[in-house]
Amino acid sequence: MSQKLIDIVRAKFGDAVLGSHSTGGDATVLVVREKLVEIMTFLRDDPRSAMQQLIDVTGVDYSEFPIEFRARTSPVDAGHKSGLTSATLPRFEVVYHLLSLSLKHRLRVKVAISLEDSIVPSLSGVWLAAGFGERETWDMYGVRFEGLADHRRILLYEEFEGHPLRKDYPLRGYQPLVSLPTLSDYTDQETYR
Amino acid sequence: MSTTTAPSASGLSAAQSVKATADRSGDLMTINMGPSHPATHGTVKFVLTLDGEMVQDVDIHIGYLHRGFEKMAEQGTWQQVLPYTDRLNYVSPMVNNVGYVMAVEKLMGITATPRAQYIRMLISEISRITDHFTGLAAGALELGGFTPFLYGVQAREGLYPIVEELTGARLTTSYTRIGGMKADLPEDYEAHVMKALDEAIDLLSKMDKLLTKNRIFYDRMIATGQLSQQDAIDSGCTGIMLRCTGVDWDLRKHQPYLKYDEMDFEVVIGHQGDNYDRYLCRVEEIKQSYKIIQQIFQKMPKGPINVDDWKVCLPPKDAVYNSIEGMIAHFKLVIDGHQVPPGEIYAAVEGGNGEVGFYAVSQGNGRPYRIHVRPPCFYAMGILKKMIVGHFLSDIVPTFDTLNMIGGEVDR
Repeated sequence: MSQKLIDIVRAKFGDAVLGSHSTGGDATVLVVREKLVEIMTFLRDDPRSAMQQLIDVTGVDYSEFPIEFRARTSPVDAGHKSGLTSATLPRFEVVYHLLSLSLKHRLRVKVAISLEDSIVPSLSGVWLAAGFGERETWDMYGVRFEGLADHRRILLYEEFEGHPLRKDYPLRGYQPLVSLPTLSDYTDQETYR
Repeated sequence: MSTTTAPSASGLSAAQSVKATADRSGDLMTINMGPSHPATHGTVKFVLTLDGEMVQDVDIHIGYLHRGFEKMAEQGTWQQVLPYTDRLNYVSPMVNNVGYVMAVEKLMGITATPRAQYIRMLISEISRITDHFTGLAAGALELGGFTPFLYGVQAREGLYPIVEELTGARLTTSYTRIGGMKADLPEDYEAHVMKALDEAIDLLSKMDKLLTKNRIFYDRMIATGQLSQQDAIDSGCTGIMLRCTGVDWDLRKHQPYLKYDEMDFEVVIGHQGDNYDRYLCRVEEIKQSYKIIQQIFQKMPKGPINVDDWKVCLPPKDAVYNSIEGMIAHFKLVIDGHQVPPGEIYAAVEGGNGEVGFYAVSQGNGRPYRIHVRPPCFYAMGILKKMIVGHFLSDIVPTFDTLNMIGGEVDR
């Protein structure tokens, strides 16, 4: 079953798929960022995949990952046209877990992005669930989502500096405290009289 | 609302509503509800924009219980993550324990022994019952029903001693181990469990009598916090939030894990997705869990609870103290941790509130590279705004309540 889903995506999108694996039966495809929204919309609408739900959005920072094992989590097809290999994949990955309620199968879709260019198109137009999940990924990894309407932090507060799940963020440290709101913070709002 | 008859949420036509707003231009009011509000169980802040009693807009702030679970999980060994999972959904901690070890075992390619799988199902169902009782009891309290609250908490408190008997702790259980369990069931455990459960079911029927056909309770719950099936699916809702809208989806039934495929139970589904349906689903799921527990005790096989591999489970104590191999195996497991092959995995279980998923990335040694939890309430909170905007302020209380947000799980 898991291979079937990968084959569907590969047959439809060809070079947009960088690689795939199915460790432990979890079908996974690594795709290019440019085609992400198109692939996700296809996966949602095609009757063979019928992914009604986006179960989860998260990220991984691979900067301290042993490079020889990267092919186990993010394999790239040999001789892919982009010239990338598992060893030269960029630092971050955004990971999406999809679920089909009608066909009872799952698929993991991943996108690799670099620190300098950490922007991913938002999926909030495809599934409502993307809104909260992408906000959390921004909060924890500093990945920007293009087209996400509400792009605030979600678990941490606005004054927080840095993105704590990055590997270079220290385990312990001091952060600015949240400033107390002043009266003008409220009176400036149009809704308050 | 200056009308003399009490207007209902939908009773006001759009034209009237616009007119009412125009007449009182500038009457919108912004208030904070939370972070620690007596009518919400869970630390969450709603910044509400109110037009009289009507909610015009809401901004939901979560994260007050953020403790950096995922960062902490990267610091220790695989087994050392387990105690943190207790603190995710702290009213049903053992489901999280089961979910986490299932993810690690899936990545290591090992299968727990049949007896361990049955024990895991047993503790999942006990946890589900305590979770639902907490949700029901707190819900009744927040709508002014103190007696059903006491019944619910009494039922839960009757179940905690059996959890304590099993694990040594009421809430912070840490009962599972990678490859097995901490210990086998105590003596006479079935009798203790069934006695506590029978009392709990009795209390449930008392709650049921007080609440289900209670006019006040019914009016607060029916047709409030309504969620459409499309929204529930689209926003990633799972568990009761999804089932209350009529979607027949339960991981235990449709993607069975452990031995749930051998169990005879029914998936409880609602049909209109309002608070009352969610309340009824919880009541009925407790009864279904009771049914599952009865079958578990009938079918539970005898045998070992840990896999027979010293690289996965700690060797027995006499081997540790009397043989060099046992001592080495013990030392390696405790100091170096489980040697999990590099790769990534996702495993999900049906928790009290929905799908609890664990996404793990291994770098091929004893320490996890990345652990991510997929909390069911987090995505349900994403659709909460849609459920309360356009309704009365007082409807937030039952809606937020039947959503049953658990701060420890949402904020991690």
